[in-house]
Order: sequence, then C-alpha cells, then structure tokens
Amino acid sequence: MTPIQVLFILTSLSLLVSAFMVVTTRNLVRAALWLISSLFMVAVVFVLLDAGFLAVVQVVVYIGAIAILFIFAVMLTRKVMQDTGPQSNSQWWVAGLFSLLLFGGLSWIILGWGGAAQTVPRVTAGDLDNISDLGRALVDPAGYVVPFEVASVLLLAALIGAIVVAWDRN
Amino acid sequence: MIPLSWYLILAAGLFCLGLYGVLARKNAVAILMGIELMLNAVNINLVAFWRYQHPLELAGQVFAIIVFAVSAAEVAVGLALVISLYRRRRSVVAENMDLLRW
Amino acid sequence: MGILDPISLIADWLEGLFMGWGWPAGLVNLVMTFLGVFLVANFGMLYVIFLIWLERKLAARMQDRIGPNRVGPYGLFQTIADILKLFTKEDTTPDGADKVIFNLAPILAVVSVLMIWAVVPFAEGWIGTDLNVGVLYIVAVGSFGIVATLIAGWSSNNKFALLGAFRTVAQLVSYEVPMVLSLLVPVLLARNMGLGSIVEAQSSWYSIFFFMAPIAALIFFISSIAEVGRTPFDLLEAESEIVAGFHIEYSGAKFAMIFAAEFLHAFTISVLTITLFFGGWQGWGDQFPLVGWAWFMTKAMLAYFTVAWVRTTLPRIRIDHMLDYNWKFLTPLALAVLVVTALLDRLIIDGFGTDNTPWRPAILFAANLLIGWVTVVLLRRRAAQRPPRQVVGAPRPVARPPQPEAEPEAAGD
Repeated sequence: MTPIQVLFILTSLSLLVSAFMVVTTRNLVRAALWLISSLFMVAVVFVLLDAGFLAVVQVVVYIGAIAILFIFAVMLTRKVMQDTGPQSNSQWWVAGLFSLLLFGGLSWIILGWGGAAQTVPRVTAGDLDNISDLGRALVDPAGYVVPFEVASVLLLAALIGAIVVAWDRN
Repeated sequence: MIPLSWYLILAAGLFCLGLYGVLARKNAVAILMGIELMLNAVNINLVAFWRYQHPLELAGQVFAIIVFAVSAAEVAVGLALVISLYRRRRSVVAENMDLLRW
Repeated sequence: MGILDPISLIADWLEGLFMGWGWPAGLVNLVMTFLGVFLVANFGMLYVIFLIWLERKLAARMQDRIGPNRVGPYGLFQTIADILKLFTKEDTTPDGADKVIFNLAPILAVVSVLMIWAVVPFAEGWIGTDLNVGVLYIVAVGSFGIVATLIAGWSSNNKFALLGAFRTVAQLVSYEVPMVLSLLVPVLLARNMGLGSIVEAQSSWYSIFFFMAPIAALIFFISSIAEVGRTPFDLLEAESEIVAGFHIEYSGAKFAMIFAAEFLHAFTISVLTITLFFGGWQGWGDQFPLVGWAWFMTKAMLAYFTVAWVRTTLPRIRIDHMLDYNWKFLTPLALAVLVVTALLDRLIIDGFGTDNTPWRPAILFAANLLIGWVTVVLLRRRAAQRPPRQVVGAPRPVARPPQPEAEPEAAGD
C-alpha cells in the first residue's frame, strides 16, 4: 500500500461518508455543512489527479459561492430554528434500491472494461498544470472560445434570471 | 499505483448517492444538494479520464471548467426559484407543489 | 554568511540529526514539513499578541491619550493579561444552540486565516509552498472565513446573531468581487499566479506594481479592509449598532480565537498588499534571506500602521452606503483598471518588444492617473446633479424660558 493509495482511500471514504450524511441527515443546516465537507474532499481528489488549478477553482466556486448560497437558502426558508419530522419521502426505499442497482450496474461495467485497470501515465510535472496554456486555449478561436463564450452568456442569463425570479414585488 | 477503476467507482458511488438524495428527499433545497453531488461526480469522472487518457491535452480540464460554470448557474436559478416558491406557498416541501397535478 | 540564512542552517542541522538517528528519508521529510508548518502557524499567532498591543497604543496616541501602560513596561504585557482573562472566563453555550457547529465556527475562522500564511513569501526561498495558483488559493481560503461567520451566527440560536451574520456575509461576499478583480492586476503584470513569482517580478524599485497600478493597489487595500471587517466597514460588530453582531454569544476562549483571527487577518492583508504591490521582501541587500525578511517585516508593519491609522480616523459607514460604494464605485473602477491595464500591457509588449523597459511603469502609471482623473470628474458631475441640501431657514421652535408675568394689580388696593 503506497502512501498515495492510503491517501486516496481515506479521501474517498471521507467523501462517501460526507455525501451519505448530506442525503440522509434531518437537520438541513448540518446537511449543508456536510455538503461543504464533500466539496472539499472532491477538491482533494482533484489534487490527487494532478489538477491543482481545478482543485482551487472548485473551492472558490463551490465552497465560496454555491455552498454559501445553499446555507442562505436553508436559513431563509424555515420558519423555526429547529427541524421537524422526517426528511425522506415515502418512497425512499424505492430510491435506495434504484441507486444501489445503478451503482452495481456501473461498477460491473467499469470493472468489465479493459482499460479501467490502467495506471496513471507518467508525465513530467511541468507539462501538466500549465495555467497559461489553459488560458490561451480558452480564448483561442481554434480552441475552446465558443464554449467559453456560451458559458459566459449562460452565467449572465442565470444572473439576471435569478434576480428577476427572486425579486420581492411587495 | 491507483488504477483508473478506483476513481470511476468513486464517481459512480457519489453519483448514486446524489441520485438517492434527489429521489428520496422532501425538501427542495435538499434535492438541489443531491444534484450538486451528481455534478461533482461527473467532474471527478472527467478529470480522471483526462489524467489517465490524454494528460497532455486540455480538453478535459476545459470541460470540467465549463461544468463548474453550468452548475453555478443552475444552483443560482434553482435556489431563486425555491425562495420565490417559499414566499408564495410558505413551504419548500416538493410534494406540496401540486397545483398542476391532475 | 551562513547566519544570514538561519532557516536553512537549522533545517540542514535537523535533517543531519534525524538521518544520524537512522530515520528513513520519508519520515525525515514528513517531520521537517510538520516543523515548517508549526513554525509558520505559530509565528502568526504569536505575532498577533504584539500586534494587538501595537494597535491599542497607536489608536490611543492618535486619540491623544496614552493607552495601556500599567501591565509591564509601556503596557507590553497587556495583551497577555487580556488573553489570561479571556481564557478564564466562563465558556457559555446558548440554550438550544447546535453545539458541534457552535464550537466549529471559531476554529474555522482561525484556520481560514492561518492557511493564507502557507503561500506568503517571507524572503528568498522562505515560503511555505510556492503554489503556482497562490493568488487563487488565497481567494479560496477566504471563503472558509465566510462560512465560519455564517455558521457562527446561525448556531447561536439568537436572532440578532443571525441578522448580524447575514449582513456580515453580504458585506464579505460583495467586497470579494473588487478584491478579486484588483488581485488579477498583479497577476496580469507578472504573468504568473504564484506569489513568489509576483514578488520576483518586481525586482527594481521602479517596477514595483504600485507604480504600474496604483488604483488597483488602493482598491485591493480598501476591499481587503472591508473583508476583514475593520472600521470603517465594521458596522456589523459595532457595539452601538447591533451589539456585537454574529459573535454575541461567544465568550471566553472562543471569543479570543475570533478576536485573534480578526487581528491576524488585518496583518495578513497588509502582508498581501506589500507582497502584491510593493515588492514583498525585495530591497537593498535582499540576496541574504534575513535581510529580505527584515525588509518584508518593515513594509508589512508600515502597511499595518496604515490599516490601524484608517481604523482610528474614519467613522463607520452605513450599510447601504457601504454596498453602494462597492457595487457602484469599486467594481466598475476595478473592471476599468483591469481592462485598461491588460490592453496597455499587450500594446507595450507589441510595441517595445519586451516587457523590461522603464516605459512600462511610466505608461501604466499615466494611464492610471488618467483613469483616476476621469473618475473624479464623473463623481463631481454626479454630485453636482444631486439637489443641494436644503439649509433650514425657517425658524424652528426653540425652548424659551418662561417670561416673568406682569404682576397683577394688587388685589386690594
């Protein structure tokens, strides 16, 4: 067991436990905090995959903005400070069964695929995390400028839409 | 050392947990949290494939960045909708939004 | 010469010691890393003790009084006395509070500030870890502090704390936008996001980024002060307004941690300002790390003096003024500076062929002056359009002493 393997197992266990707590805990504020923990563990997984820039962007975008939005939404949509009642549907067992089946099916497909056993290809570290190359690719006409601009328009539409939808007309 | 299948199974597990959250939770905000978990699972998948198959190309990372942007936009609009619904109906339980039900 | 690089000296000696004891190389590495982390974290927390005393003395002198002078010579041990007092206070937890979250919030607040110190370059070669995304890492870690504030306010089971937490988070999230935009300007000028590279790109006295982007430096400084929550942006913990805001229910050691985190954050932003805009540890004789560290501390203390000066001098800003100031002034200005700097930098490189000319700071400085002048003209025009304040000319009722009544004619006569 190399240290990297131990680290990966610890990280993935924390991630799965946090995600499980997100979807099962009754107290919604605690669920939001477990979500923050899961998002942070995903950032650690990105670091393990040598995508350092993506890890930091994950923390900035998800924990710094989306998780705070979630906490605000949870705090603004409750009448009392305490939680009441079960937080799961009446068909939670069907959902659980379906999720387990899906997980089983996906794992079977993954393990049956020949390429899944490959190990990480060795690359010199300097080539991997080249942010200036990423920046250049995002604005290169022969690169990815069209998805970049479409994503910008999408964000603008979401910004305006969220303000209009949540506008208090009183 | 770490085969690709480990990352893929981790992503599959996270996706299924998010799916359970979407299907089995009453509160609309909790459903959105499940969607976030699913999007993160997709991102892990993308970055794992990028690293193992084409580490010298940038398409994987760009794809992951676009997924970040899309999920941020979706959460913003989703939560705005939830808050607007709460103002009207004083409830965020998804089962209570049944005006259009037959 | 060796004494001028004490960290390397001690590190080499320790490594030799550990190897001599027969430890495997991986374990030695791990222990050295932990020692480095221990050193950086403790430097921050111990220095806060001195900073709190310094701030109190500065504020006192600026307000024409003496400040703490009883405990120790010149009151130097006042902070230690305060710490002892805070630690021996009763550690209350409000009834109905969520205990886990309540205890987690001050820890998260301190951790989010300490984690910034991992990427700060103290001197040449003295840096925790030279991340190539250092600037973005600082923004990411700042968001932990925002989460800490929010859960501190929520878990106190107190409506005032919750209200204060909401307003604090609104302020913090709003002021993050011009801070990030103005952080991009040194990244743009240094072509690298790592803090070590940004410092090394400011190698001569005329190429420090303050000369190339003074407006960006000012915007970063102002929005960082707002991020810390100091006066003039400290509406949210002002005692006259909302008692103590989100940390009402914290007493004793937990309040001490929040308090120390705020002061450390103020020092951290002065360190970041000088690293990004004033050349960090660069100075005369900086090839010796100890001299570089001395320059770093000097510049950082000057910046911290400015932060304390601003705090003592300016009054508090109202919340709607504060948000207007951010969204209607700082953000458009930061965007304008970013766009103009990017455009001009590109034109300079295309025109002069290299970015090492002294023309670069000159042109960029002139452009910043132009932007500043245009801003002032626009502000004046806008202020002139607003109707002037009415001076009340009508007589207002004023309390008058009762006139002595004309004596009634003597009843009889």
